[in-house]
Amino acid sequence: MELETILKTAFILAVVVLTFAPIITWVERKQSAVMQDRIGANRADLGGITLLGLLHPLADVVKLIFKEDVVPRGANRFMHLLAPVIAAVPAIIAYAVIPFGGSYAYGDRIVNLVVADVDWGVLYIFAIGSIAAYGTVISGWASNNNWSLLGSLRASAQVISYEVTMGLSLVGIFMVFQSLSMFEMGLAQDTTIRLFGFLEHFGWVDDIGFLGFLQIPNWGIFLQPLGFLMFFTCAIAENKRAPFDCPEGESEIIAGYHLEYSGMRFGLFYMSEFIEIVVIAGLITALFLGGWSIPYLPQATLIGGIAPVFGDYFATSICMILHVVSFFAKVIVVIYLQMAMRWSLPRFRYDQIMDLCWKILLPLSVANVIVTGGLMLVFGVGV
Amino acid sequence: MPPMEHVIVLSAVLFAIGAIGALTRRNLIAILMSIELMLNAVNLAFLVFARMWADVTGHIFVLMVITVAAAEVAVGLGIVIALVRNRDSVNVEDASLLKW
Amino acid sequence: MTATSIFFYACAALAVVSALAMLLNVRNTVASALCLVVTMISLAGVFLVLDAYLIAALQIMVYAGAIVVLFIFVVMLLNLRHDAFAPNRLIPVKFLACLLGVWALVRLAPLFARYLPDPATLPEGFGGYRHVGLALYTDFVLTFEVASFLLLGAMVGAVMLAKRRLD
Repeated sequence: MELETILKTAFILAVVVLTFAPIITWVERKQSAVMQDRIGANRADLGGITLLGLLHPLADVVKLIFKEDVVPRGANRFMHLLAPVIAAVPAIIAYAVIPFGGSYAYGDRIVNLVVADVDWGVLYIFAIGSIAAYGTVISGWASNNNWSLLGSLRASAQVISYEVTMGLSLVGIFMVFQSLSMFEMGLAQDTTIRLFGFLEHFGWVDDIGFLGFLQIPNWGIFLQPLGFLMFFTCAIAENKRAPFDCPEGESEIIAGYHLEYSGMRFGLFYMSEFIEIVVIAGLITALFLGGWSIPYLPQATLIGGIAPVFGDYFATSICMILHVVSFFAKVIVVIYLQMAMRWSLPRFRYDQIMDLCWKILLPLSVANVIVTGGLMLVFGVGV
Repeated sequence: MPPMEHVIVLSAVLFAIGAIGALTRRNLIAILMSIELMLNAVNLAFLVFARMWADVTGHIFVLMVITVAAAEVAVGLGIVIALVRNRDSVNVEDASLLKW
Repeated sequence: MTATSIFFYACAALAVVSALAMLLNVRNTVASALCLVVTMISLAGVFLVLDAYLIAALQIMVYAGAIVVLFIFVVMLLNLRHDAFAPNRLIPVKFLACLLGVWALVRLAPLFARYLPDPATLPEGFGGYRHVGLALYTDFVLTFEVASFLLLGAMVGAVMLAKRRLD
């Protein structure tokens, strides 16, 4: 493996696993406290320093590592120990195909800010996601506990159902960008489209004049608004977070599939949920929110503006840093949205979850594909 | 690139394991799983020949086999559930009557 | 031996071992379903060696992600912790099966000698989604439509079978 790949992998691990995931656990507590008019986590301190409770993730890790690791009697020991690993690993390796920056040319050397630029990146994400389902399924079955079994029963049905819709809701975006590689999609989103350009296209108006200045970024969310909403919904359901947290349902089945886990094995389940939040945010950013691009400021303009004054290398570096910052700023916004949803919506009943998937989202996603295809035919895109 | 013969042998071995499972097991779910394994072995053979003659038809065949397998599992497991409701068993020997 | 070959033999060994584990795991249906998953995933690795990228991804998504989860779901739904009946005692059938297996091995053994032609050189993008998709929606569009009817029929059938009472 070459140095560049190692550096990119290390960067992603450092940012996603070691920075975002622990801070999100703190954000989740603080935000729930704010929304419920409490103070929230503020007790963990190191010699009097509390940092608004930011030391809590650290205290959590210490606590979880030193707790006893219990395997219940009658449980399938091997499977019980294996399940948290199966849940956590796919969540971490999913980030390999999500680009966190664009393509930068340093002389002859071209740096692409994605760990693995494979042509079928989105398919990889789906394949990885379907393996992650086994973590929850095995954990509930191996625990030899009726509540756990109920939890993983619910989880398996929910995950299979929403995976279908998740795939179909993205078909529209594949059609629009004509690619399955998130890197290519990111490059395609670094432009703008004229809002009233269709008047010219159909020949209704010869020249739209000043209306041509009304432009929107060529982002997935503007081209596929329905696809965005459906994908977001399905992604949260896949991650089994509120309002789709029936598999855990504290008030009915205590904690569902990870009821019999303790110590760091529970910690792995907990961590994988929070890493998945970051993965979902990264996916939505890359597919729908323009990836690393800065709205109204394409890469060529940005570098072209700085280069004459400071030189090519400096300009490219500045552009790269700005793009990475832009990407993670969007990721933070999507994470915040997920958090806000978590604490404002009550849990759906199980039959409501299934009805939403099969009776509303699935027909809508098929309709979205048909309408997208029709519009592309009318506008003559990609024919 | 391994020699293609070895891949075909792998396919044959997997098919044989699946066939033995389908013939000797009496648990209906296990029989269905063995059939899945046989279908997978066939897919592998299709892909070998597609690779050998650089012909995409083999890939299309595999797509169709995957579709059939999905349909088969949906109906097969529906039958399993109906069998358990009526006979309280997943043993195929309990399903020896045409009607119950 | 190249890295591709090593990858292939590792995947092949894993596939055969887990398939045997599935076959021999008579007592525990969930465990044998999990062995089947390992077989599926290692077969996806073999598909990658054969340049079938789209099929490899679909193999994991459909087989490992949906079909086997469905199996496990049904086993858990019916709460079949162990098979309630003793393993099969049909000795003649087993004997015949073994005989058949040995016969097949004898027939297949010459295959290890190389007499197949060398694999053709691949066109650009072989086995990718563009290539397979183009063939599927132009030359094989009728097959595609027939498959959709098959799925519709299976869906109706599964709903009919699983419904407790048809109103």
